[in-house]
Amino acid sequence: MIESVTIQNTLDVYAIRRQFPVLNREVKGKSLVYLDNAATSQKPQVVIDALVNYYSNYNANIHRGIHTLAEEATLAFENTRDAVQQFINAESREQIIFTRGTTEGINLVAYTWGRQNIKAGDEIIISTMEHHSNIVPWQILCEENGATLKIIPISDEGELLMNEYEKLVSPKTKLVSIVHVSNALGTVNPVKQMIDVAHKAGAVVLVDGAQSAVHLDIDVLEMDCDFFVFSSHKLYGPTGVGVLYGKKHLLESMPVFNGGGEMIKEVTFEKTTYNELPYKYEAGTPNIADTIALKTALDFIHKTGKEKIRRHEEELLAYVTVQLEQIPGLKIIGKAKEKVSVVSFVIDGIHPQDIGILLDNRGIAVRTGHHCAQPLMNRFGITGTVRASFAVYNTKEEIDELIIGLQKAIKMLS
Amino acid sequence: MSNHRTIDEIEKEIVEEFSLFDSWDDKYEYIIDLGKKLLPLGDKYKIDENRVRGCQSTVYLVADYKDARLPAHNGTDENDAVGQGKVFYKAESDAVIVKGLISMLIRVLSGQTPDEIIEAKLNFIREIGMMTHLAQTRSNGLLAMVKQMKNYALAYKIKNETLVKQS
Repeated sequence: MIESVTIQNTLDVYAIRRQFPVLNREVKGKSLVYLDNAATSQKPQVVIDALVNYYSNYNANIHRGIHTLAEEATLAFENTRDAVQQFINAESREQIIFTRGTTEGINLVAYTWGRQNIKAGDEIIISTMEHHSNIVPWQILCEENGATLKIIPISDEGELLMNEYEKLVSPKTKLVSIVHVSNALGTVNPVKQMIDVAHKAGAVVLVDGAQSAVHLDIDVLEMDCDFFVFSSHKLYGPTGVGVLYGKKHLLESMPVFNGGGEMIKEVTFEKTTYNELPYKYEAGTPNIADTIALKTALDFIHKTGKEKIRRHEEELLAYVTVQLEQIPGLKIIGKAKEKVSVVSFVIDGIHPQDIGILLDNRGIAVRTGHHCAQPLMNRFGITGTVRASFAVYNTKEEIDELIIGLQKAIKMLS
Repeated sequence: MSNHRTIDEIEKEIVEEFSLFDSWDDKYEYIIDLGKKLLPLGDKYKIDENRVRGCQSTVYLVADYKDARLPAHNGTDENDAVGQGKVFYKAESDAVIVKGLISMLIRVLSGQTPDEIIEAKLNFIREIGMMTHLAQTRSNGLLAMVKQMKNYALAYKIKNETLVKQS
Protein backbone atom coordinates (compact mmCIF):
# COMPACT_ATOMS: atom_id res chain seq x y z
CA MET A 1 0.00 0.00 0.00
CA ILE A 2 2.67 2.46 1.05
CA GLU A 3 4.56 1.78 -2.15
CA SER A 4 1.62 2.52 -4.39
CA VAL A 5 0.94 5.78 -2.54
CA THR A 6 4.55 6.83 -3.15
CA ILE A 7 4.25 6.08 -6.82
CA GLN A 8 1.07 8.09 -7.09
CA ASN A 9 2.47 11.11 -5.35
CA THR A 10 5.65 11.52 -7.30
CA LEU A 11 6.05 12.38 -10.88
CA ASP A 12 8.01 10.13 -13.22
CA VAL A 13 9.72 12.96 -15.03
CA TYR A 14 11.47 10.63 -17.48
CA ALA A 15 8.15 9.10 -18.52
CA ILE A 16 6.79 12.63 -18.92
CA ARG A 17 9.78 13.64 -21.04
CA ARG A 18 9.12 10.79 -23.45
CA GLN A 19 5.76 12.41 -24.23
CA PHE A 20 7.44 15.59 -25.52
CA PRO A 21 9.12 14.85 -28.86
CA VAL A 22 11.01 18.15 -29.10
CA LEU A 23 13.00 17.24 -26.00
CA ASN A 24 14.82 14.61 -28.06
CA ARG A 25 16.39 17.14 -30.35
CA GLU A 26 19.87 18.55 -30.25
CA VAL A 27 20.90 22.17 -30.37
CA LYS A 28 24.48 23.05 -31.35
CA GLY A 29 25.38 19.39 -30.97
CA LYS A 30 24.06 19.20 -27.39
CA SER A 31 20.85 17.80 -25.97
CA LEU A 32 18.27 20.56 -25.75
CA VAL A 33 17.78 21.97 -22.25
CA TYR A 34 14.57 23.96 -22.53
CA LEU A 35 14.22 26.48 -19.71
CA ASP A 36 12.07 29.09 -21.43
CA ASN A 37 8.72 27.74 -20.33
CA ALA A 38 7.36 31.07 -19.10
CA ALA A 39 7.59 32.25 -22.71
CA THR A 40 5.94 29.12 -24.07
CA SER A 41 5.87 25.49 -23.01
CA GLN A 42 6.62 22.55 -25.27
CA LYS A 43 3.77 20.36 -26.49
CA PRO A 44 3.17 16.70 -25.64
CA GLN A 45 2.63 14.21 -28.47
CA VAL A 46 -1.08 13.97 -27.63
CA VAL A 47 -1.54 17.68 -28.38
CA ILE A 48 0.36 17.38 -31.66
CA ASP A 49 -1.74 14.30 -32.50
CA ALA A 50 -4.95 16.20 -31.78
CA LEU A 51 -3.96 18.84 -34.32
CA VAL A 52 -3.02 16.27 -36.95
CA ASN A 53 -6.16 14.27 -36.25
CA TYR A 54 -8.39 17.30 -36.76
CA TYR A 55 -6.83 18.20 -40.09
CA SER A 56 -6.61 14.57 -41.20
CA ASN A 57 -10.12 13.49 -40.28
CA TYR A 58 -12.69 16.19 -39.58
CA ASN A 59 -11.49 19.60 -40.74
CA ALA A 60 -14.62 21.69 -41.30
CA ASN A 61 -15.96 25.09 -40.45
CA ILE A 62 -17.92 24.98 -37.25
CA HIS A 63 -21.41 25.93 -36.09
CA ARG A 64 -22.95 26.35 -39.54
CA GLY A 65 -22.59 23.10 -41.45
CA ILE A 66 -25.11 20.32 -41.17
CA HIS A 67 -22.73 17.73 -42.57
CA THR A 68 -20.95 15.16 -40.43
CA LEU A 69 -17.50 16.79 -40.49
CA ALA A 70 -18.91 20.15 -39.40
CA GLU A 71 -20.81 18.46 -36.60
CA GLU A 72 -17.73 16.61 -35.38
CA ALA A 73 -15.60 19.74 -35.52
CA THR A 74 -18.24 21.82 -33.73
CA LEU A 75 -18.61 19.19 -31.03
CA ALA A 76 -14.86 19.00 -30.45
CA PHE A 77 -14.53 22.79 -30.44
CA GLU A 78 -17.36 23.20 -27.94
CA ASN A 79 -15.97 20.37 -25.81
CA THR A 80 -12.94 22.57 -25.21
CA ARG A 81 -15.24 25.29 -23.89
CA ASP A 82 -16.62 22.81 -21.36
CA ALA A 83 -13.13 21.67 -20.43
CA VAL A 84 -11.99 25.28 -19.88
CA GLN A 85 -15.09 25.97 -17.81
CA GLN A 86 -14.11 23.10 -15.53
CA PHE A 87 -10.43 24.05 -15.58
CA ILE A 88 -11.15 27.49 -14.07
CA ASN A 89 -14.43 26.57 -12.34
CA ALA A 90 -16.58 29.09 -14.20
CA GLU A 91 -20.36 29.20 -13.59
CA SER A 92 -21.33 28.59 -17.18
CA ARG A 93 -19.82 27.67 -20.53
CA GLU A 94 -21.11 30.91 -22.14
CA GLN A 95 -18.63 32.84 -20.02
CA ILE A 96 -15.68 31.22 -21.78
CA ILE A 97 -14.67 33.39 -24.74
CA PHE A 98 -11.96 32.11 -27.04
CA THR A 99 -9.38 34.70 -28.02
CA ARG A 100 -5.97 34.61 -29.71
CA GLY A 101 -4.27 34.82 -26.34
CA THR A 102 -3.92 36.74 -23.10
CA THR A 103 -3.00 39.98 -24.86
CA GLU A 104 -6.11 39.89 -27.00
CA GLY A 105 -8.22 39.09 -23.95
CA ILE A 106 -6.96 42.20 -22.13
CA ASN A 107 -7.41 44.34 -25.23
CA LEU A 108 -10.91 43.01 -25.70
CA VAL A 109 -11.86 44.14 -22.21
CA ALA A 110 -10.10 47.51 -22.64
CA TYR A 111 -11.83 48.25 -25.95
CA THR A 112 -15.29 47.11 -24.90
CA TRP A 113 -15.92 47.29 -21.16
CA GLY A 114 -13.19 49.92 -20.78
CA ARG A 115 -14.53 52.32 -23.37
CA GLN A 116 -18.02 51.93 -22.05
CA ASN A 117 -17.19 52.40 -18.39
CA ILE A 118 -13.98 54.39 -17.93
CA LYS A 119 -14.50 58.14 -17.99
CA ALA A 120 -12.38 61.25 -17.40
CA GLY A 121 -11.23 61.44 -13.80
CA ASP A 122 -11.55 57.70 -13.26
CA GLU A 123 -8.59 55.64 -12.13
CA ILE A 124 -7.22 52.29 -13.26
CA ILE A 125 -4.82 50.47 -10.94
CA ILE A 126 -2.11 48.16 -12.22
CA SER A 127 1.21 47.15 -10.63
CA THR A 128 4.90 47.73 -11.21
CA MET A 129 5.33 44.10 -12.27
CA GLU A 130 2.87 44.06 -15.16
CA HIS A 131 3.72 42.67 -18.59
CA HIS A 132 3.47 45.33 -21.30
CA SER A 133 0.25 43.60 -22.39
CA ASN A 134 -1.35 44.69 -19.14
CA ILE A 135 0.02 48.23 -19.33
CA VAL A 136 -0.33 49.46 -22.90
CA PRO A 137 -4.06 48.75 -23.45
CA TRP A 138 -4.86 50.75 -20.30
CA GLN A 139 -2.51 53.56 -21.26
CA ILE A 140 -4.28 53.84 -24.61
CA LEU A 141 -7.63 53.90 -22.84
CA CYS A 142 -6.46 56.54 -20.33
CA GLU A 143 -5.17 58.75 -23.15
CA GLU A 144 -8.48 58.46 -24.94
CA ASN A 145 -10.78 58.93 -21.99
CA GLY A 146 -8.79 61.16 -19.66
CA ALA A 147 -8.54 58.52 -16.95
CA THR A 148 -5.44 58.01 -14.82
CA LEU A 149 -3.24 54.95 -14.42
CA LYS A 150 -2.12 54.27 -10.85
CA ILE A 151 0.76 51.93 -10.13
CA ILE A 152 1.11 49.65 -7.10
CA PRO A 153 4.75 49.77 -5.94
CA ILE A 154 6.72 46.63 -5.02
CA SER A 155 9.34 45.71 -2.45
CA ASP A 156 12.97 44.83 -3.20
CA GLU A 157 11.94 41.18 -2.89
CA GLY A 158 9.47 41.67 -5.72
CA GLU A 159 6.26 41.60 -3.70
CA LEU A 160 3.39 44.06 -4.04
CA LEU A 161 3.19 46.59 -1.23
CA MET A 162 -0.33 45.76 -0.12
CA ASN A 163 -0.70 48.74 2.21
CA GLU A 164 0.19 51.02 -0.71
CA TYR A 165 -2.37 49.21 -2.85
CA GLU A 166 -5.07 49.77 -0.25
CA LYS A 167 -4.19 53.46 -0.20
CA LEU A 168 -4.52 53.68 -3.98
CA VAL A 169 -7.99 52.17 -4.07
CA SER A 170 -10.67 54.85 -3.85
CA PRO A 171 -14.16 55.58 -5.17
CA LYS A 172 -12.39 56.87 -8.30
CA THR A 173 -11.00 53.37 -8.95
CA LYS A 174 -13.01 51.78 -11.73
CA LEU A 175 -10.68 48.90 -12.56
CA VAL A 176 -7.84 46.95 -11.00
CA SER A 177 -5.96 44.94 -13.62
CA ILE A 178 -3.40 42.76 -11.94
CA VAL A 179 -1.03 40.00 -12.94
CA HIS A 180 -1.65 36.78 -10.98
CA VAL A 181 1.95 35.58 -11.36
CA SER A 182 4.80 37.81 -12.57
CA ASN A 183 6.43 36.52 -15.75
CA ALA A 184 9.75 38.14 -14.88
CA LEU A 185 9.93 37.45 -11.13
CA GLY A 186 7.69 34.46 -10.55
CA THR A 187 5.90 36.28 -7.70
CA VAL A 188 2.41 34.98 -6.90
CA ASN A 189 0.20 37.96 -6.04
CA PRO A 190 -2.54 37.74 -3.37
CA VAL A 191 -5.29 38.32 -5.92
CA LYS A 192 -8.19 37.18 -3.77
CA GLN A 193 -7.33 39.69 -1.08
CA MET A 194 -6.85 42.40 -3.73
CA ILE A 195 -10.19 41.62 -5.34
CA ASP A 196 -11.96 41.96 -1.99
CA VAL A 197 -10.42 45.40 -1.48
CA ALA A 198 -11.32 46.50 -5.03
CA HIS A 199 -14.88 45.22 -4.83
CA LYS A 200 -15.51 47.09 -1.59
CA ALA A 201 -14.68 50.27 -3.51
CA GLY A 202 -16.95 49.23 -6.35
CA ALA A 203 -14.13 48.52 -8.81
CA VAL A 204 -13.99 45.72 -11.37
CA VAL A 205 -10.96 43.39 -11.35
CA LEU A 206 -9.20 41.73 -14.27
CA VAL A 207 -6.68 39.03 -13.41
CA ASP A 208 -3.94 38.32 -15.96
CA GLY A 209 -3.48 34.57 -15.63
CA ALA A 210 -0.95 34.12 -18.44
CA GLN A 211 1.62 32.66 -16.04
CA SER A 212 -0.63 31.35 -13.29
CA ALA A 213 -3.01 29.08 -15.20
CA VAL A 214 -0.37 26.39 -15.75
CA HIS A 215 0.99 26.40 -12.19
CA LEU A 216 -1.87 27.24 -9.81
CA ASP A 217 -5.36 25.88 -9.27
CA ILE A 218 -7.65 28.44 -10.82
CA ASP A 219 -11.09 28.93 -9.32
CA VAL A 220 -12.65 32.09 -10.71
CA LEU A 221 -15.70 31.70 -8.48
CA GLU A 222 -13.72 31.52 -5.28
CA MET A 223 -11.35 34.24 -6.49
CA ASP A 224 -14.40 36.33 -7.44
CA CYS A 225 -12.53 38.08 -10.25
CA ASP A 226 -14.62 39.89 -12.86
CA PHE A 227 -12.36 38.94 -15.75
CA PHE A 228 -9.69 36.26 -16.04
CA VAL A 229 -7.46 35.87 -19.10
CA PHE A 230 -4.89 33.26 -20.10
CA SER A 231 -3.21 31.61 -23.07
CA SER A 232 -3.17 28.02 -24.25
CA HIS A 233 0.45 27.94 -25.36
CA LYS A 234 1.88 28.40 -21.88
CA LEU A 235 0.03 25.34 -20.59
CA TYR A 236 1.22 22.72 -23.06
CA GLY A 237 -1.41 23.69 -25.63
CA PRO A 238 -1.06 25.19 -29.10
CA THR A 239 -0.27 28.83 -29.83
CA GLY A 240 -2.91 31.23 -31.09
CA VAL A 241 -5.65 30.41 -28.60
CA GLY A 242 -6.49 32.12 -25.37
CA VAL A 243 -9.41 32.44 -23.03
CA LEU A 244 -11.31 35.36 -21.62
CA TYR A 245 -13.58 34.55 -18.71
CA GLY A 246 -15.96 37.26 -17.56
CA LYS A 247 -18.86 37.60 -15.17
CA LYS A 248 -22.04 37.13 -17.12
CA HIS A 249 -23.64 40.53 -16.48
CA LEU A 250 -20.42 42.23 -17.64
CA LEU A 251 -20.05 40.14 -20.80
CA GLU A 252 -23.70 40.70 -21.64
CA SER A 253 -23.60 44.45 -21.21
CA MET A 254 -20.31 45.05 -23.02
CA PRO A 255 -20.34 46.17 -26.66
CA VAL A 256 -19.00 43.94 -29.42
CA PHE A 257 -15.24 43.89 -29.99
CA ASN A 258 -14.45 44.94 -33.55
CA GLY A 259 -11.08 43.84 -34.81
CA GLY A 260 -10.47 46.67 -37.23
CA GLY A 261 -11.61 48.47 -40.34
CA GLU A 262 -10.78 45.70 -42.73
CA MET A 263 -12.63 43.14 -40.70
CA ILE A 264 -15.81 45.05 -40.04
CA LYS A 265 -17.72 43.63 -42.98
CA GLU A 266 -16.98 40.11 -41.95
CA VAL A 267 -17.65 40.79 -38.32
CA THR A 268 -20.96 42.38 -39.16
CA PHE A 269 -21.83 39.44 -41.36
CA GLU A 270 -20.97 37.03 -38.56
CA LYS A 271 -22.74 39.08 -35.94
CA THR A 272 -26.09 38.57 -37.58
CA THR A 273 -25.63 34.88 -36.94
CA TYR A 274 -23.90 34.95 -33.55
CA ASN A 275 -25.01 37.70 -31.30
CA GLU A 276 -25.28 35.81 -28.02
CA LEU A 277 -22.62 34.84 -25.55
CA PRO A 278 -20.02 33.55 -26.16
CA TYR A 279 -20.28 34.03 -29.94
CA LYS A 280 -20.83 37.75 -29.58
CA TYR A 281 -17.08 38.02 -29.10
CA GLU A 282 -16.01 35.27 -31.47
CA ALA A 283 -16.59 36.87 -34.85
CA GLY A 284 -15.14 35.14 -37.86
CA THR A 285 -13.95 31.57 -38.20
CA PRO A 286 -12.10 30.83 -34.98
CA ASN A 287 -8.84 28.97 -34.56
CA ILE A 288 -10.62 25.61 -34.62
CA ALA A 289 -7.72 23.16 -34.64
CA ASP A 290 -5.76 24.84 -31.87
CA THR A 291 -8.85 25.33 -29.73
CA ILE A 292 -9.68 21.63 -30.05
CA ALA A 293 -6.12 20.68 -29.09
CA LEU A 294 -6.28 22.98 -26.06
CA LYS A 295 -8.66 20.47 -24.50
CA THR A 296 -6.06 17.75 -25.03
CA ALA A 297 -3.52 19.92 -23.22
CA LEU A 298 -5.91 20.44 -20.30
CA ASP A 299 -6.53 16.68 -20.22
CA PHE A 300 -2.75 16.14 -20.13
CA ILE A 301 -2.42 18.46 -17.13
CA HIS A 302 -5.39 16.83 -15.40
CA LYS A 303 -4.10 13.33 -16.04
CA THR A 304 -0.59 14.18 -14.88
CA GLY A 305 -2.00 15.93 -11.83
CA LYS A 306 -1.60 19.64 -11.22
CA GLU A 307 -0.60 19.08 -7.61
CA LYS A 308 2.12 16.62 -8.65
CA ILE A 309 3.37 19.00 -11.33
CA ARG A 310 3.46 21.82 -8.80
CA ARG A 311 5.44 19.80 -6.27
CA HIS A 312 7.91 18.80 -8.97
CA GLU A 313 8.35 22.41 -10.11
CA GLU A 314 8.72 23.61 -6.50
CA GLU A 315 11.54 21.12 -6.04
CA LEU A 316 13.24 22.38 -9.18
CA LEU A 317 12.88 26.00 -8.06
CA ALA A 318 14.35 25.25 -4.64
CA TYR A 319 17.22 23.31 -6.24
CA VAL A 320 18.10 25.97 -8.83
CA THR A 321 17.86 28.79 -6.29
CA VAL A 322 20.39 27.15 -3.96
CA GLN A 323 22.75 26.48 -6.89
CA LEU A 324 22.50 29.97 -8.32
CA GLU A 325 23.10 31.63 -4.97
CA GLN A 326 26.51 29.95 -4.82
CA ILE A 327 27.71 31.72 -7.97
CA PRO A 328 29.76 34.79 -7.02
CA GLY A 329 28.41 38.08 -8.41
CA LEU A 330 25.03 36.55 -9.22
CA LYS A 331 21.95 38.27 -7.84
CA ILE A 332 18.47 36.78 -8.01
CA ILE A 333 15.84 39.36 -8.93
CA GLY A 334 12.56 38.43 -7.28
CA LYS A 335 12.66 36.67 -3.93
CA ALA A 336 9.00 36.62 -3.05
CA LYS A 337 7.82 34.11 -0.47
CA GLU A 338 5.17 32.85 -2.88
CA LYS A 339 6.79 32.04 -6.20
CA VAL A 340 6.25 29.73 -9.14
CA SER A 341 9.12 28.01 -10.96
CA VAL A 342 10.64 31.12 -12.51
CA VAL A 343 14.05 32.45 -11.57
CA SER A 344 15.43 35.73 -12.86
CA PHE A 345 18.97 36.91 -12.19
CA VAL A 346 21.73 39.32 -13.11
CA ILE A 347 25.48 38.88 -12.91
CA ASP A 348 27.85 41.72 -12.00
CA GLY A 349 29.44 43.34 -15.03
CA ILE A 350 27.95 40.91 -17.56
CA HIS A 351 25.19 41.69 -20.04
CA PRO A 352 22.32 39.15 -19.90
CA GLN A 353 22.38 38.83 -23.69
CA ASP A 354 25.98 37.56 -23.62
CA ILE A 355 24.95 34.89 -21.10
CA GLY A 356 21.98 33.94 -23.30
CA ILE A 357 24.13 33.54 -26.42
CA LEU A 358 26.72 31.40 -24.65
CA LEU A 359 24.06 29.20 -23.00
CA ASP A 360 22.38 28.71 -26.37
CA ASN A 361 25.76 27.62 -27.65
CA ARG A 362 25.49 24.74 -25.17
CA GLY A 363 21.92 23.91 -26.16
CA ILE A 364 20.40 25.66 -23.15
CA ALA A 365 17.39 27.84 -23.90
CA VAL A 366 16.76 30.65 -21.43
CA ARG A 367 15.25 34.08 -21.94
CA THR A 368 17.25 37.27 -21.60
CA GLY A 369 16.18 40.90 -21.73
CA HIS A 370 13.44 42.93 -20.15
CA HIS A 371 10.73 40.23 -20.48
CA CYS A 372 8.25 42.81 -21.78
CA ALA A 373 8.27 44.38 -18.35
CA GLN A 374 10.47 47.46 -18.76
CA PRO A 375 8.92 49.45 -15.88
CA LEU A 376 9.74 46.50 -13.62
CA MET A 377 13.35 46.44 -14.84
CA ASN A 378 13.54 50.20 -14.17
CA ARG A 379 12.29 49.57 -10.63
CA PHE A 380 15.32 47.34 -10.03
CA GLY A 381 17.66 49.72 -11.89
CA ILE A 382 18.55 47.12 -14.52
CA THR A 383 17.93 46.79 -18.25
CA GLY A 384 17.25 43.08 -18.21
CA THR A 385 17.80 39.73 -16.56
CA VAL A 386 18.52 36.14 -17.47
CA ARG A 387 15.40 34.09 -16.77
CA ALA A 388 15.13 30.34 -16.42
CA SER A 389 11.61 28.97 -16.09
CA PHE A 390 10.69 25.36 -15.41
CA ALA A 391 7.93 23.02 -16.50
CA VAL A 392 6.73 19.50 -15.75
CA TYR A 393 9.43 17.89 -17.93
CA ASN A 394 12.49 19.67 -16.54
CA THR A 395 14.99 17.78 -14.40
CA LYS A 396 17.66 18.49 -11.81
CA GLU A 397 20.21 17.23 -14.34
CA GLU A 398 19.15 20.06 -16.64
CA ILE A 399 19.65 22.54 -13.81
CA ASP A 400 23.15 21.10 -13.34
CA GLU A 401 23.73 21.75 -17.05
CA LEU A 402 22.51 25.31 -16.61
CA ILE A 403 24.89 25.89 -13.71
CA ILE A 404 27.86 24.44 -15.61
CA GLY A 405 26.92 26.54 -18.64
CA LEU A 406 26.68 29.65 -16.50
CA GLN A 407 30.02 29.07 -14.84
CA LYS A 408 31.65 28.55 -18.22
CA ALA A 409 29.98 31.67 -19.68
CA ILE A 410 31.03 33.80 -16.72
CA LYS A 411 34.60 32.57 -17.11
CA MET A 412 34.60 33.46 -20.81
CA LEU A 413 33.04 36.86 -20.30
CA SER A 414 34.99 38.10 -17.27
CA MET B 1 49.34 54.44 -49.10
CA SER B 2 49.13 51.32 -51.19
CA ASN B 3 48.30 49.09 -48.23
CA HIS B 4 44.62 49.86 -48.60
CA ARG B 5 42.63 46.65 -48.66
CA THR B 6 39.23 46.17 -50.17
CA ILE B 7 36.16 44.99 -48.29
CA ASP B 8 36.45 41.60 -50.05
CA GLU B 9 40.04 41.18 -48.98
CA ILE B 10 39.32 41.96 -45.36
CA GLU B 11 36.27 39.67 -45.34
CA LYS B 12 38.40 36.81 -46.71
CA GLU B 13 41.00 37.47 -44.03
CA ILE B 14 38.37 37.18 -41.29
CA VAL B 15 36.91 34.00 -42.78
CA GLU B 16 40.43 32.49 -42.85
CA GLU B 17 41.04 33.47 -39.24
CA PHE B 18 37.80 31.79 -38.20
CA SER B 19 38.61 28.63 -40.15
CA LEU B 20 41.35 27.96 -37.60
CA PHE B 21 38.86 27.51 -34.77
CA ASP B 22 37.70 23.98 -34.00
CA SER B 23 34.76 24.77 -31.78
CA TRP B 24 32.04 27.32 -31.22
CA ASP B 25 33.55 28.08 -27.85
CA ASP B 26 36.80 29.08 -29.55
CA LYS B 27 34.92 31.32 -31.99
CA TYR B 28 33.08 33.00 -29.17
CA GLU B 29 36.25 33.34 -27.09
CA TYR B 30 37.78 35.20 -30.01
CA ILE B 31 34.74 37.44 -30.56
CA ILE B 32 34.57 38.21 -26.83
CA ASP B 33 38.25 39.09 -26.92
CA LEU B 34 37.65 41.46 -29.86
CA GLY B 35 34.76 42.96 -27.95
CA LYS B 36 36.87 43.58 -24.89
CA LYS B 37 39.56 45.21 -27.01
CA LEU B 38 37.20 47.51 -28.90
CA LEU B 39 38.13 51.08 -28.03
CA PRO B 40 35.45 52.68 -25.90
CA LEU B 41 33.41 55.41 -27.44
CA GLY B 42 33.70 58.70 -25.57
CA ASP B 43 30.73 59.59 -23.39
CA LYS B 44 30.04 62.64 -25.56
CA TYR B 45 29.07 60.28 -28.37
CA LYS B 46 26.68 58.26 -26.24
CA ILE B 47 23.68 60.37 -27.03
CA ASP B 48 20.26 59.42 -28.33
CA GLU B 49 21.15 60.71 -31.79
CA ASN B 50 23.84 58.03 -32.12
CA ARG B 51 21.83 55.27 -30.51
CA VAL B 52 20.85 52.26 -32.57
CA ARG B 53 18.04 50.68 -30.66
CA GLY B 54 17.82 46.97 -30.11
CA CYS B 55 15.45 45.07 -27.90
CA GLN B 56 18.13 43.74 -25.57
CA SER B 57 21.42 45.52 -26.08
CA THR B 58 22.19 49.01 -27.24
CA VAL B 59 24.67 50.12 -29.89
CA TYR B 60 26.07 53.63 -30.29
CA LEU B 61 27.41 54.37 -33.76
CA VAL B 62 29.31 57.42 -35.02
CA ALA B 63 30.40 58.01 -38.62
CA ASP B 64 32.86 60.50 -40.01
CA TYR B 65 33.54 61.33 -43.66
CA LYS B 66 36.80 62.74 -44.97
CA ASP B 67 35.86 64.91 -47.90
CA ALA B 68 38.11 64.07 -50.85
CA ARG B 69 38.06 67.59 -52.24
CA LEU B 70 39.19 69.28 -49.07
CA PRO B 71 42.82 69.45 -47.99
CA ALA B 72 43.82 67.02 -45.26
CA HIS B 73 43.09 68.59 -41.94
CA ASN B 74 44.19 67.74 -38.44
CA GLY B 75 41.43 65.26 -38.11
CA THR B 76 40.76 62.62 -35.61
CA ASP B 77 42.00 59.73 -37.66
CA GLU B 78 45.64 58.81 -37.91
CA ASN B 79 45.44 57.86 -41.59
CA ASP B 80 43.99 61.23 -42.39
CA ALA B 81 45.90 61.67 -45.62
CA VAL B 82 44.85 58.33 -47.11
CA GLY B 83 41.44 58.58 -45.55
CA GLN B 84 40.17 61.19 -47.92
CA GLY B 85 36.89 60.33 -49.58
CA LYS B 86 36.28 57.56 -47.08
CA VAL B 87 33.93 56.85 -44.21
CA PHE B 88 35.19 56.06 -40.72
CA TYR B 89 33.09 54.45 -38.04
CA LYS B 90 33.28 54.16 -34.30
CA ALA B 91 30.82 52.16 -32.25
CA GLU B 92 30.19 50.57 -28.88
CA SER B 93 27.65 48.32 -27.21
CA ASP B 94 26.78 47.31 -23.68
CA ALA B 95 26.99 43.61 -24.61
CA VAL B 96 30.44 42.19 -25.26
CA ILE B 97 29.60 39.65 -27.99
CA VAL B 98 27.82 42.37 -29.94
CA LYS B 99 30.90 44.53 -29.36
CA GLY B 100 33.08 41.81 -30.88
CA LEU B 101 30.85 41.62 -33.94
CA ILE B 102 30.89 45.41 -34.18
CA SER B 103 34.66 45.31 -34.08
CA MET B 104 34.67 43.05 -37.14
CA LEU B 105 32.17 45.22 -39.00
CA ILE B 106 34.29 48.28 -38.34
CA ARG B 107 37.38 46.41 -39.51
CA VAL B 108 35.61 45.61 -42.79
CA LEU B 109 33.74 48.85 -43.49
CA SER B 110 35.69 51.64 -41.83
CA GLY B 111 38.02 53.46 -44.22
CA GLN B 112 36.11 52.43 -47.34
CA THR B 113 34.39 54.70 -49.82
CA PRO B 114 30.63 55.30 -49.56
CA ASP B 115 30.04 53.32 -52.78
CA GLU B 116 31.96 50.29 -51.52
CA ILE B 117 30.12 50.36 -48.20
CA ILE B 118 26.71 50.60 -49.89
CA GLU B 119 27.55 47.62 -52.13
CA ALA B 120 29.09 45.46 -49.37
CA LYS B 121 27.31 42.11 -49.04
CA LEU B 122 29.07 41.23 -45.78
CA ASN B 123 28.98 37.52 -46.59
CA PHE B 124 31.69 36.86 -44.03
CA ILE B 125 29.12 37.02 -41.24
CA ARG B 126 27.34 33.98 -42.64
CA GLU B 127 30.58 32.24 -43.51
CA ILE B 128 31.89 32.44 -39.95
CA GLY B 129 28.55 31.13 -38.68
CA MET B 130 27.39 34.31 -37.00
CA MET B 131 24.37 34.93 -39.19
CA THR B 132 21.98 34.26 -36.31
CA HIS B 133 23.20 37.45 -34.70
CA LEU B 134 21.95 39.43 -37.65
CA ALA B 135 18.58 37.70 -37.60
CA GLN B 136 15.53 39.65 -36.50
CA THR B 137 15.02 37.35 -33.57
CA ARG B 138 18.20 38.42 -31.87
CA SER B 139 16.91 41.95 -31.67
CA ASN B 140 20.30 43.09 -30.51
CA GLY B 141 20.65 46.17 -32.60
CA LEU B 142 23.35 44.66 -34.80
CA LEU B 143 21.13 44.36 -37.85
CA ALA B 144 19.97 47.93 -37.27
CA MET B 145 23.61 48.93 -36.95
CA VAL B 146 24.58 47.48 -40.32
CA LYS B 147 21.65 49.34 -41.88
CA GLN B 148 22.72 52.51 -40.12
CA MET B 149 26.32 52.13 -41.35
CA LYS B 150 25.01 51.87 -44.89
CA ASN B 151 22.65 54.79 -44.36
CA TYR B 152 25.58 56.97 -43.33
CA ALA B 153 27.51 55.91 -46.46
CA LEU B 154 24.50 56.71 -48.61
CA ALA B 155 24.05 60.10 -46.96
CA TYR B 156 27.71 60.98 -47.58
CA LYS B 157 27.46 59.80 -51.17
CA ILE B 158 24.41 62.00 -51.82
CA LYS B 159 25.98 64.95 -50.03
CA ASN B 160 29.17 64.47 -52.05
CA GLU B 161 27.32 64.35 -55.35
CA THR B 162 25.38 67.50 -54.47
CA LEU B 163 28.61 69.31 -53.59
CA VAL B 164 30.28 68.16 -56.83
CA LYS B 165 27.33 69.47 -58.85
CA GLN B 166 27.43 72.79 -57.05
CA SER B 167 31.16 73.39 -57.59
